[in-house]
Amino acid sequence: MQKTISKYWPVFVLPTLLAFIIGFIWPFIWGVYLSFQRFTTVSKTTFVGLDNYIRVFQDETFTHAFWFTAAFTVVSTILINVFAFAIALVLTRGIRGTNLFRTVYFMPNLIGGILLGYIWQILLNGVLANLGKPLLALDEHYGFIGLVILMCWQQIGYMMIIYIAGLQSVPNDLIEAAKIDGATSREILFKIKVPLVMPSITICTFLTLTNSFKLFDQNVALTGGEPSNLSEMLALNIYSTFYGRSGAQWKGIGQAKAVVFFLIVVVISLVQLRFTRSKEVQS
Amino acid sequence: MAKAKRLYDNILTVVMAVLCLLWVYPVVLIFLNSLKVEGSFTTSTVFALPTAENFAGAANYIYGIVKMDFLSSFFYSLVITVSSVFLILLCCSMCGWYLTRVNNLLSKGMNLLIVFSMVVPFQMVMFTLSKTADTLKLNTPWNICIIYLGFGAGLAVFMFTGFMKSVPIEIEESAMIDGCNPVQLFFRIVFPILKPTMISTAILETMWVWNDYLLPTLVLDIKKYRTIPMAIQYFRGGYGRVELAPMMACIIIAIVPIIILYVACQKYIIEGVIAGAVKG
Repeated sequence: MQKTISKYWPVFVLPTLLAFIIGFIWPFIWGVYLSFQRFTTVSKTTFVGLDNYIRVFQDETFTHAFWFTAAFTVVSTILINVFAFAIALVLTRGIRGTNLFRTVYFMPNLIGGILLGYIWQILLNGVLANLGKPLLALDEHYGFIGLVILMCWQQIGYMMIIYIAGLQSVPNDLIEAAKIDGATSREILFKIKVPLVMPSITICTFLTLTNSFKLFDQNVALTGGEPSNLSEMLALNIYSTFYGRSGAQWKGIGQAKAVVFFLIVVVISLVQLRFTRSKEVQS
Repeated sequence: MAKAKRLYDNILTVVMAVLCLLWVYPVVLIFLNSLKVEGSFTTSTVFALPTAENFAGAANYIYGIVKMDFLSSFFYSLVITVSSVFLILLCCSMCGWYLTRVNNLLSKGMNLLIVFSMVVPFQMVMFTLSKTADTLKLNTPWNICIIYLGFGAGLAVFMFTGFMKSVPIEIEESAMIDGCNPVQLFFRIVFPILKPTMISTAILETMWVWNDYLLPTLVLDIKKYRTIPMAIQYFRGGYGRVELAPMMACIIIAIVPIIILYVACQKYIIEGVIAGAVKG
């Protein structure tokens, strides 16, 4: 059977493979190549070795964007997961209105990042103006807090859904048995529920980490990097290096930044997966 | 004991309900302001309800639709989303099935690349991808779906191979013995089995393509074609002064169909998210 099917690869695999080459493989290889070149148009490039990479780390906007992104990622990952898990715990108790609550909390995920950004920009600027504080575009600290609030509002619902699914798969007899043995609800939570939903925790931290680290649309719409690139995250910094700066050197540097960004994302993904996988247990 | 639990549950219900109101408030705020006359409110008075003097009715909606040509944005978003999701489902389900059933060098290589592509951030390929799309003339709403297939193939193929691994091969073997060729086998036997994964994948991909901003911005010609996220962003970039009230009206127009769709097929959306998470 395998032999007969394998002859049909032009029908089954070729369309996807061709699109994959156009949409991913070729741009990726070309991108790595261009990161070692100096160019304004892609038809005329000159090899500059590691020069672009050296300039990436000399670019202060990049290092600032890195620390801004790192801080944002840590804060939002912790907040989103703690709140999402807490809400999931409440919504698996069988209280009234559970379905309605679940529906409403999930809703922001369906709205695109650009729209979310403008919605919150109007709301948060209103709050700041009433408090007599500088607006989002004038103070990067408020920009940071605004991004965290926006990200929480959007992602808590998504992660909550995954946590609810995880909590519902915890066998009931295990909890009953623990109750009979006299376990307190705190012990049930930390010694039974949390270890058993570890796979969900792995997935959710992974998703929130990468989503936060790669955040772009919300950043563009909420603060646009203002004031003077201080609230710029890595993805936006790469974008503005490519399309916002004039000068022959910047496109090559932008591509080198993209490669560095890619490598950081890979490292984070691997470390995080290894770290949480080691804590998973079987029920 | 039972009484204490019930009281505790009631308190939690109230807390959750208050949180719910906070959750919908931003959208309600935008809706209320979209009803005000443009220029009748400032940054700090957005929280006031529309009054008789500054109530604009549907004026902002009409203005937004006409001036920004918002209906054609809506149309382009729809065309791109439907064609991309259709193409992704068809091609990736075929590819995913092949990769699980055939164990040759091609399959192994593809599987590796698929997993790899899911980690790569879009910024890594954005510049070269937009150049490639330009060269191949894949820069209209009618054929941008090929780009989406290429960049979105990773997740979709991964979902399908993940599901196919749990489907026993015996049914397919007996169909082959009865004289099915692989193409018939796939469309008559495997395709119906894949339906639940199709729905989950369709939902995840729709959420991505419909809301995607950067890819269409870089690939499409912004003067000719604007998707919904591009149109909203264009309010900012296109004019000197931002016309806030029409922009809010357009945000509302963009959100309403999604909310209706969500309420109508909520069950599938939530299942899709869970399925995607388990596979991811």
